[in-house]
Formats: sequence, C-alpha cells, structure tokens
Amino acid sequence: MTQALLEVRDLRVYFPIFKGFVQRLLGGGDAKVHAVDGVSFSIPEGQVFGLVGESGCGKTTIAKTLVGLVRPTSGQIVFRGGDVTHPNRKALFRLREQIQIIYQDPHAALSPAMTVGEAVADVLRTHGLPSEGGVRIQLKSDDELRAAVYQVFEDVGLRPPPFFYDKYPDELSGGQKQRVVAGRVLALRPKLIVADEPVAMLDMSIRARMLEFLLELKAKHNLTYLFITHDLATAKFVCDGIAIMYLGRIVEMGPARTIYADPKHPYTRALLQAIPIPDPERRSTKVLPKGEVPNAVWPPAGCRFHPRCPAALPTCGWEGRDVIALLEERWLSPELAAREADAGPVEVWEANGLIARRDVEKGDPAAVQALIRGILEEGGGPMAEAIRSIRVEDRAVAVEFRPPDPLGPKEVEGRMVECLLY
Amino acid sequence: MTSLLETRGLSVSFETPEGPVHAVKDVSLRIERGTTLGLVGESGCGKSTLGRAILRLLPENARISGSVIFNGQDLSTLPAKAMRDLRGRNIAMIFQDPMTRLDPLMKIRDHFIETIRAHDPTVDVDGAVERAKKVLADVRVPSDRLGMYPHELSGGMRQRIMIALCLLFNPALLIADEPTTALDVILEAQILQLLQSIMHEYNMAVLLITHNLGLVAEFADQVAVMYAGIIAEEGATVPLFREPRHPYTQGLLRSVIDLETQTLYSVPGSPPNLLGESIGCPFYARCEKRMDVCKSVFPEIRLVGEDRRKVACHLY
Amino acid sequence: MWIGIAIVLAIILMAMLAPFIAPFDPNTKVANPETAPGGPFLMGTDRSGQDVLSRIIWGARVPLAIIAVATTMSLVIGLPIGLLSGFVGGRLDRILVLVMDSIYAFPGLLLAIVVAAIIGRGILNISFAIAVVYIPTYFRVIRNHVASVKQEPYVEAAMALGMPRRRVIGRYVLPNVAQSIPVIFSVNAADSVLTEAGLTFLGLGLPPGIPDWGFDISLNWQRFEASWWATFYPGLFILILTTALTFVGEGLNDILNPLLRKKEYKSVAEA
Repeated sequence: MTQALLEVRDLRVYFPIFKGFVQRLLGGGDAKVHAVDGVSFSIPEGQVFGLVGESGCGKTTIAKTLVGLVRPTSGQIVFRGGDVTHPNRKALFRLREQIQIIYQDPHAALSPAMTVGEAVADVLRTHGLPSEGGVRIQLKSDDELRAAVYQVFEDVGLRPPPFFYDKYPDELSGGQKQRVVAGRVLALRPKLIVADEPVAMLDMSIRARMLEFLLELKAKHNLTYLFITHDLATAKFVCDGIAIMYLGRIVEMGPARTIYADPKHPYTRALLQAIPIPDPERRSTKVLPKGEVPNAVWPPAGCRFHPRCPAALPTCGWEGRDVIALLEERWLSPELAAREADAGPVEVWEANGLIARRDVEKGDPAAVQALIRGILEEGGGPMAEAIRSIRVEDRAVAVEFRPPDPLGPKEVEGRMVECLLY
Repeated sequence: MTSLLETRGLSVSFETPEGPVHAVKDVSLRIERGTTLGLVGESGCGKSTLGRAILRLLPENARISGSVIFNGQDLSTLPAKAMRDLRGRNIAMIFQDPMTRLDPLMKIRDHFIETIRAHDPTVDVDGAVERAKKVLADVRVPSDRLGMYPHELSGGMRQRIMIALCLLFNPALLIADEPTTALDVILEAQILQLLQSIMHEYNMAVLLITHNLGLVAEFADQVAVMYAGIIAEEGATVPLFREPRHPYTQGLLRSVIDLETQTLYSVPGSPPNLLGESIGCPFYARCEKRMDVCKSVFPEIRLVGEDRRKVACHLY
Repeated sequence: MWIGIAIVLAIILMAMLAPFIAPFDPNTKVANPETAPGGPFLMGTDRSGQDVLSRIIWGARVPLAIIAVATTMSLVIGLPIGLLSGFVGGRLDRILVLVMDSIYAFPGLLLAIVVAAIIGRGILNISFAIAVVYIPTYFRVIRNHVASVKQEPYVEAAMALGMPRRRVIGRYVLPNVAQSIPVIFSVNAADSVLTEAGLTFLGLGLPPGIPDWGFDISLNWQRFEASWWATFYPGLFILILTTALTFVGEGLNDILNPLLRKKEYKSVAEA
C-alpha cells in the first residue's frame, strides 16, 4: 500500500491576540484566533490536492504551517512517514528541501533589489545542487552557480537564460515572474509543493498557460501539489482530490469528481452556486447564504456554518448570538422595528453561550416574553424548534437553547462530510 | 432621446519620463438611463482609467481629450466646483477596496454627515443621520454600525457602506470599478444581488468595470470589451456572448475557466506596451485570424450583424 | 543638488590644500590685531592679530574631519542596531526603541555638550559626542523601514526557502532599506556642522589654538563691533557648508524618490 506523502492529523493552529496591559487587567481571558481548528487530511504521492475556501477559512495558515513559517498549536504532521510537526533548525532546513511554497503574488515574492538570476542562485548557494543520489553538491564557483541557474531557467521556460539572469523583477511580466518563483522553488527539487493561489493574480487569458505549466512541471519532476484556492472552477479542472474549508474546519472532502458531481455540504453547494457563469442565457436567482464569514476568534457553536445555512436543522448549534443576529436583521425594516420596539433595541440584548437575555427595566417582562416568542416562532425557522425555554427571570427575559448534537466527519457516498443533514 | 452618458472620442494619455502612455484611445460609448453597461477587459486595458476619466479623477500627469456628455451637458465645460458637486450627486463611484476609501479616523456616521453636508450644507446633523439610516436600511446594514470605525467592520459591510454613501443623492449613474474583485465569491454574489435590487429601486444606471466575464454575463444589459485602450467589441450582452465577433472577445471567452471547462485555452502572447504611438490593430501580434492589413491600418469601429454589434476588426 | 556637491567639494579641496594656499600661518600674529579687511589681509585680522583668511582655510579641516568621523560612527552604530531591532522585534526591539527615543528626546546640542563634557577633549571624543546625537535618527528610520519590509512576502519567501537569518537580513532586507541611508547621511552631516561649531564655540572641543570656525567665533564675538569680520567670516562659512550639505541631502531625496515614482507611473498606466 502506498503510503501517503503527507498526512495531517487533527491540526490546530491558534494565534493569540495581544491585548493591552490594561485590558488584560480588566479581565476577559486571552482570546485566540482559531485559524485552523482540527483539520485532518492526507495526500497520496503524485496527486493534486485542493484546499478550497474563502478568505479566513484557514487554508493559507495551513500552507504556512507546512513550510515551517508558522508553528502548529497541536496536532501532527507526517511527511513521508516521519513526524515533522516540530522540527528543530537542522531538520527544518532539510525539510525545506522537500516541501516548498509558490506564492500568490509573484511580484511580491521577489526582492526588488535582486536580479532574478541572483534570487535563484541564492537558493542554490544555500542548499547546494540536488543530484541523483539525493546528496546535495555544494557549488563552489560563480560559473558553476550561473550554469545551474541557467538550467533552472531552461526548465521553467525562461529562454534564453542569459537574457533573464540579470533582469530585475519589475522588468518582467506577471507570467514570467511566476515562472521565476516556480524555478526558484524547483531548484530544490522538492517532493511537495504548496501552491497558494498561483493564478489568482494573473489575467484570465493567461491563467490557462500557467496552470498547464504547473501541470507540466508536476509530470516532469514527479511532484505532488497542495493547491490552495478560493476558485472552485479552477480547482475542478486541476485537482484530483479536494477539501472544502470553512472557518478552520474541513466541511467536505473527497475525490474531486465525486464532490462536483454531487456536492453534499450546504456550504459547498453555496460556493458552487455563487460562481458567476459567463453565459447570460443561464441567469438564475441564487439562493445565497446570508451574512458573512464570522471572525475566527469566537466561532459559532456546533456547526460553524449554521447561522448562514439555508438548510440548517434545529440541532445544528443554535445559541444566544443567533437570536441577536435574527433580531438585528429583522429590525432593518423600520415598520417591524417600530412595531416590536418593546423587545428591542438590539443593544440591550446580551448573549452568553446558549442563552440570550434582555433586562427589562421598564415595562412588563411578560409582555416582552410573549413578543419574543411570537417573533421567534414567526421568523426563527429551525432556530425556533431548538429553544428549550423562553422564561422570565427577575426583571429579565431569557431565551435558552438546547445544546447541539455532536458533529463529526462522516463518510457519505464516497466522500467525507461534516454535517448533521447526513 | 439623449443618452444618460455619452463619451465621444475620449482619449487619455499619461505623461511619463519615458514618453506618453496612451491608456485610452478614442473611446465612444453610450449608457442609457436605468441600464447597465459592463466594461470588461484585463489589467492594463484602460477600463479603470476610462471610468475615472468620466469623473475627472485622474492624476496630474493625465491628458484628456474628447468629450464626456452627461444628461446633455459637456462635462469638460464645467468649472471645478460644479464638477465636484456632480460627483456624488449625479454620478457616484465605488472602488475595489473600500478600506482605502474610508477615512480610518472617522466614524461611519461622520462619513455620512460629511458627504451629505458637502453637497447640501443646509442639512443639519440630525437630518443627515436620518438620511444615513435610510440608505443603510436599503443596503441591509444595521444602523448601529454608524457609531463604528471602518476597521471594526468586515469587508462586505464596508463595501455596502460605500454603496450606501453613493445612494445618498439618488445619482443617475453609478460607476463601479471592480467592486467585488477583493471579495470572496459568496460575498461577491451578495453584493451583486444588492446592486441589482438597488438599481431597480433607484432607477440607476450602472457602469460596471471588471475583468470578470461571469459578472458581466449575469449583470449587464450591454457589454463593451476593451483591449489596449480601445473598444474591441460592444453590444447587447446575450448576442455578444452567444456569438462573439472580435477575435479577442472570442479568445477571452474561450479562456475562462468555469465549471464546464474541459480543456484549457490561453490567448497567446501578452498585451502590448501602451507607451508611444502604435500602428495598426493592437491585437495584431496575438490574433489567430490576422491579416496583412491589420498590421498597418487601425480598424475603425463598424456595425456588424442584425444586432448592430460594434466591432473594431478588419474581418468585417 | 549639484551646487551643494560642488561647494562641499570646494571646501574639502580648500582644506586639503591649506598648507599651499593659506597666505599666512594661522596661529602666528602677523599684523596689528583687528585690522580691517584689505590689502594682504583679505578678511582682516582677529583680536590676536592672526589672519582671518588663513584661519578660515585651515579652520575647515577640523569641522570636516569631525563630521566625517561622526557621521560614519552614527551610521556604523545606528544601522546594525536598527536592522536587528526592526527584524527581531519583540522585547529587544521595545527596549531599544525606548532607549533611542530617550536619547532622541534630548536637544541635540545639549546632549553633545553633556557627552563631550564627560569624555573630554580631542577630535575623536567630539566626534563621538556628535555621533551619539544622531544614532537615534539612523536607528529609527532603519528600524521602521525594516519592520515594514519584514512583512513583505519576499522576506517570508526567503525564509521559507531556508535562508539563514543572517542572509535574509543581509541580502533581502538591507538592500531594500538602503535607499533611506544617503539622505539621512547628508542631513546628518549638515546638522553636525552646527553641532560641532556649537561645541567648539563653547570651548568643549579642542585644545585652544587649533583653527576651527566655531572656536574662532568664540574668540572674537565679544569684539564684534570693533572687528566684525573676525566673527562674520567663520560664521558665514559654517552657514555655507551646512547649506551645501542640506542641498545634497534634498537633492538625493529628489533623485531617489522619482525612482519610486517611476514605478507608480508604470502601474497607473497598467490600471
């Protein structure tokens, strides 16, 4: 059985938020950004594995963690059978000859003060030239280095190499720069390349060229790609397997063909539906998730997508915050806001876990209770069925939810989905 | 009936130490009331410059010639103060990155107050806030956001607020320069839906400047394809997509990667340098259907086919 | 800017050729004290009877030497610390910034006086006193520039490629912050002229007797009404040198800025 080239197990990467001294004194523990919150996947050798999601989903953090720019908070990364989760300096140096990254913006990835030839030469000077036996040869003379760089340029289609050697990044086009970046990385002969949105910044009319180039390189040098993108259309063409990410977790994962043929997770469906189709005769009204991706510091309870999901169930993780969001959205309409003024305004409501509470200073708590019940039953949808009680406590009205059902990845029809619908 | 906006022979060039860069060459466009024109092209084609030229928002080293006629009035005859008033009141513009367009030191409500008072000094603060709340409701932003600073808000919310700021005076034309390029795909679709509903409610025309052909297909009534400063093709959206005539348009449509793509296609070569004078068709070097005449003679726009498509190509 | 360069070069030349072009020995009494300008004494004589012109010519040496040493010291000390601080960040950075800001907060001349008073006389000592005043400027500008360059993707890319830290700082960060240096250098030099003159004026600089413009002013200013020329000409030359160096600095700024602006043109045209 072929071992997976890369295996990631329950990876978590949290970033602390530095609060000011005074803020810390006043309490409110150290908040963390849950950039990657329990992600597991494996990539067989020779595959193009896509990590797809919108900004803030954690895909870029995973990329940086794999190349050692960011330290994992917990979890395990296994590369070629060996644990590389916390490499020491030497191991990291060696690891970088195996796992490399191609950046989204080729211009920004090159130092403006260095010629592109120098940029590649520097890598060869530091790591030596890879050779057949796997041993690296240290290059001594400038001539040897130059020759090696010429070889790299030939490899990536920058011909004639001497012409390009002395050019500065701002003298080259976007596509050429991307080739330099690719060449610089290839000089190390890595096994795994993380491609972070490699074509996002290129014009449409030349994207295909770059994708073909990347696939060519893959075939020629026996590479494996982790292809990171937010563009499901490109991912469909290029990837063998994909994982869809949302707010730090993978919501659907499996063979690309399977998922595109029949996407199961509501978020995957939403992403696919949202893509604008360049065919005016196929305009359709789209059912889009409401709202935006919430921040990763306090992710929603249960399934993170539940506040926006058009197919949410009562068990998906409804909590206090969702009541407040509902009221806020409802009261965008001035008539409703006026009519239901006794239950508002939104600022007076407080959310604490599964409870949303409103202190009732003036007026009758019972009336507010009835009003809220009416609102939730009318406009709450699945949320309404998740309510355990709406009660009056002292001079306050509290809405409490039942805890959500446990959520975990499930194998469904040939792929993994994390959704209570299945 | 006169068009809402018309450009006649509009050209923009930039003075640089290396010589003049011709970003826009002799562009004549028309936008009718309440319709959407999608101006589509890749980076460097001049579409953003064109959008700014209409509002005279170009840097110092820009030279404009030709005319821009709005509601029958030639904008080049307007004094600076009148032009300033026009901006925001009659023609509004939203940009790609709302973060850089909002003052980080000003609360949102102050943005609204300032904008309202700039055009209408008679309005008092409370009145301005009331108007702000009204437009915010139209863009589905809760009014409590008024008390916040731009950096406290998400990208989508900022873009909605930008749109709201534009709606304050019920402009007849909205110029949207890559309004969703920096946004994720779901947010993009949401903003577009919003723009569509606002367009109908406010009876506003939209000039949508983008490189995304999908957006144009979904949103625009008319499409103008720009390349190297010229309009290569222009016409009604459905026929243009169904049967593109200009080789560049054809190439562009072929190279779009969507969910149905089976094979990859790129237009060979790269866009020309806009520095200095050029001869012949700017697409000559990359065109699969080029002819000898294309090298030396510039293709004027001609009307082709039943749908009276404008095409700048010698094939027709 | 070229005028500035020309003047500075002229003064340097003057200083170097002093033994050949000065009409008299600057430290010898050659005529009656306080003779008005005219005849063999183009700028008159000072209260000790020494030829002012000769003292001007010889007096260029000390300021030039001190400025050269002082600015070099500031650069050699301030640049590496700024680089390190900006790149490493964290506590080290916070401490250094605090220290540097404190030094920076002192009025330059006052600080130089204090340092000079502590470490005593001598050319090297004054140079150091002056250098101390300007180290924070180098530090700040470099550190801030480094802190922003550090965020750039190409620095991150270099690290991802396994470049050792030293290399990243030296080959990826430094060349990209280097453009700020020449400007600081010239402005620094201009300012040091004044500080040096101030120090020697107050008698803190050198053993008495060595010709120096600031020192000469201190010798003669009380006799301004009687022999204005002995005070005027040293003052004039201080002014000329300072202004010339300022022109050079501003000129360099203008040259380096268009290089950045050129890139802006390119991208605007591409928009």
